[in-house]
Amino acid sequence: MTLLAPSKPGQLPSPPRAARSGRHRLLPYLLLLPGAVWLLVFFGVPLLQLAAASLYDPSGSLSTGYAMTWAFGNYPDVVQAYWPQLLRSFGYAGLALVLALLLGYPLAYAIAQKAGRWKNLLLVCVVAPMFTSFLVRTLAWKTILSDNGALVGLLRDVHLLAPDGRLLATPFAVVLGLTYNFLPFLVLPLYASLERLDPRLLEAASDLYASGVQAFRRVTLPLSMPGLVAGTLLFFIPASGDYINAELLGTPNEYMIGNVIDSAFLVRLDYPQGAALSFLLMAAILAVVFGYLRRAGTEEVL
Amino acid sequence: MKLSRWLADRWVMIVALLVLGYLALPILVVAGLSFNRPSSRLSYDFNEFTLDNWRQPCATSDMCDAVVRSVQIGFIATVVATVLGTLMAFALVRHRFRGRSGVNVLIFLPMATPELVMGTSLLALFVSAGVPQGFWTIVIAHVMFCVSFVVVTVKARLAGMDRRLEEAAMDLYANEWQTFRRITLPLVLPGIVAAALLAFSLSFDDFIITNFNAGTTVTFPMYVWGAAQRGIPPQVNVIGTAMFAIALLLVGLSSLRGRRARRAALLAGPVPQPRRSS
Repeated sequence: MTLLAPSKPGQLPSPPRAARSGRHRLLPYLLLLPGAVWLLVFFGVPLLQLAAASLYDPSGSLSTGYAMTWAFGNYPDVVQAYWPQLLRSFGYAGLALVLALLLGYPLAYAIAQKAGRWKNLLLVCVVAPMFTSFLVRTLAWKTILSDNGALVGLLRDVHLLAPDGRLLATPFAVVLGLTYNFLPFLVLPLYASLERLDPRLLEAASDLYASGVQAFRRVTLPLSMPGLVAGTLLFFIPASGDYINAELLGTPNEYMIGNVIDSAFLVRLDYPQGAALSFLLMAAILAVVFGYLRRAGTEEVL
Repeated sequence: MKLSRWLADRWVMIVALLVLGYLALPILVVAGLSFNRPSSRLSYDFNEFTLDNWRQPCATSDMCDAVVRSVQIGFIATVVATVLGTLMAFALVRHRFRGRSGVNVLIFLPMATPELVMGTSLLALFVSAGVPQGFWTIVIAHVMFCVSFVVVTVKARLAGMDRRLEEAAMDLYANEWQTFRRITLPLVLPGIVAAALLAFSLSFDDFIITNFNAGTTVTFPMYVWGAAQRGIPPQVNVIGTAMFAIALLLVGLSSLRGRRARRAALLAGPVPQPRRSS
């Protein structure tokens, strides 16, 4: 007790820090309430509404109203009608992902390990495209890939492209656009992982006679796995749901599932069909994501 | 021999710079086209140099109306989303409570859901509830998809903060409100500002979700989308270039401030650095 007794005259009582604990049991809930309610009402409830709309009687219309008939037949119907666009969505997104990995991995690695004092500047360069409008940037590709443009001219001159060959309005243009638009989402998490990679591990690998390829496969790649998984998902999810690139850089022959959903809701006003396709897209993406996460074995990403 | 050795040392950097070029190319094209007088409405090719587009950015008044509307929506959505998201971040970092993991899932899901699904599901909700679509439904949608990004950004800043600074304030007889005002808020503020800027840029640039919930209201991305079918006025590229320049300026200013603060700290003499428990 003597130890705790005031040793100096006039010492103030200790601040009432202990009194705080337990006083605000409700505080976290109050802090969470507005945001959580917003998300529940405008994110959660709409998903249920979408699920319901996908089971409406397809013979109804917006003006006469839809009847809830639990029409599960909507799903096989839309798959039968639009399986090419569904497959194309995942095909293009997958192809773009492979391209983005080939371009993005060296970029992330160079910034994280080789850039030295230029690191921040190069990072800004990665994010910089997002400073300007997505649509305006995508339209710029129309100029770059234009039939009268320098790129097409060059490729025709070196006979990589037939004299009447085009880049615009081809699957190539759409995949290129997808790769371009979502590449930063892949590079940033990869960078974050690679930045933490201790270069001494690579030195150790080479001291132990590992070749460059071996060191990459056995050290760099496994250690960058969390960033790789996160980046892949951040790339693949928006890319497979995108329809802006297909619309602006492709033709109806390149239409992805997003184009069909857009026209179902906004042009044809066929809500049950649009809702069924939307729900199908989400289910397919979730299946791909969880299948991938299980294989990649890094479930802590979620 | 020498060249191959040089290449072997630097090929990663060379590839990286090429990829950065690929990322930069469209921006250069947008900037170039902002000085272009197109040969026809539907032409995307460079034709003739002119300053007219910059002199009269609002020659097509629809476009400037759309830009103003996008700024209004972005501003309101940013304020609401930043407040809601910051409160949630404080709750998640500073408190232990039942249902945490559920809240985390609720915050994570909107970021993992395709925009298309969020847009169409909100449309389904508004239609079935008989809510007329327009300015305010866009705001509601934008707040919804911005909140999660605000939470994640502010959370990161809060988690990296040294709690002992607040404890020190309390030891010095600051009450809770004073501690919050004088210590916590200034320290978290950079995170909140970053979150707000992110929210604004997400809102300003959103097309997919807006497209399903706009009714007849036209935002800037909606205007560009519609114009892509009828022919793009070159002023669109002026707006694109100006947006880019403003964002770059903000980044430059913030990094300059950061550097100056670091230099000032250095001049002030060695300050014992708080050890971060990361």
